[in-house]
Amino acid sequence: MTAYTATVTVSLKQGVLDPEAETTQQALERLGFELETLRSADRYEVDLDAASAAAATDRAESMAERLLANPTIHDYEVRVTERESGGAEGDETDGAGDETAGSEQATADTGGDDEATGES
Amino acid sequence: MTVAVVQFGGSNCDRDAVAALSHLGADAELVWHDDGLADGAGVDTPAALDGIVLPGGFSYGDYLRAGAIAARAPILEEVQTAVDAGVPTLGVCNGAQVGAESGLIPGAFTTNASARFQCEHVHLRVERADTPWTNAYEPGAVIEVPIAHAEGRFVADDTTADRLDADGRVLFRYCEPDGAVTDAANPNGSRDNVAGVLGETDNVAVMMPHPERASLPDIGGTDGQGVLRAFA
Repeated sequence: MTAYTATVTVSLKQGVLDPEAETTQQALERLGFELETLRSADRYEVDLDAASAAAATDRAESMAERLLANPTIHDYEVRVTERESGGAEGDETDGAGDETAGSEQATADTGGDDEATGES
Repeated sequence: MTVAVVQFGGSNCDRDAVAALSHLGADAELVWHDDGLADGAGVDTPAALDGIVLPGGFSYGDYLRAGAIAARAPILEEVQTAVDAGVPTLGVCNGAQVGAESGLIPGAFTTNASARFQCEHVHLRVERADTPWTNAYEPGAVIEVPIAHAEGRFVADDTTADRLDADGRVLFRYCEPDGAVTDAANPNGSRDNVAGVLGETDNVAVMMPHPERASLPDIGGTDGQGVLRAFA
């Protein structure tokens, strides 16, 4: 098992009115900012352990389908990145296990690293 | 004769519903969601109930989306069993949001177009007078009841909205006092002024306005009594 963070972003479908975003946009404009439009979204970060990045993605998508998003009004997007496992419970044996799992997920690692670089 | 009024943490119109139903002669009792519908009401099966009310309030603090978490509570599976058996089931306000989130009706109730909590009296046109919820009214009758919500804007895609219309499942629309359905009379931006919707079968209805708050002369009106007569 590998530790992942699944980031689920839930946003309103195109065309669904977002009164809170409109109000926020008006407040930004009152502050003197120039902008075209403002959209809001909810982001959930789910730490989970899974056998692969694909399995982590599947589980997070299920969470979105069944609870986090309402398909009538929402679209959602899932991104999965590998997560440094927490140091608190890690002993030597666990650490070695994590490294093995990490190397098995080389493709997912690369994607995750790119993601992290892009965001920082 | 037992009508179960389901209490979630954050329900706050549950006792009002019991009072209004009792006034009309129904044997209504509160059922804490975690006790289960049948066990909580003291019946063998949810199908043995004479009615279910999902009351207004702010279940689970409206976390995530109004009604979203209550809609996934185990008691909703029992509610579905009862609905399938024909038990009259009404969702009011937060109960309507729970009903939409749980799939009892299609569509969703979301943030008012005004982005504000609105607490006011509205007029509703009775679109169907041949249902348990409305056969106390004349077709096209206009009733006055209160609303109190921040997330009452009915949203449905074109296909769903057309199907609801074609199947006659719109129960109430926001209207002017004379019954005209106008944008000005629409308090929250609901699609096609929809205020109340029937489920797949007529024994299920949800509505954002509060019939139980217009059910006793002492509280300013009795226009909502007709809806609750489905249980009496």
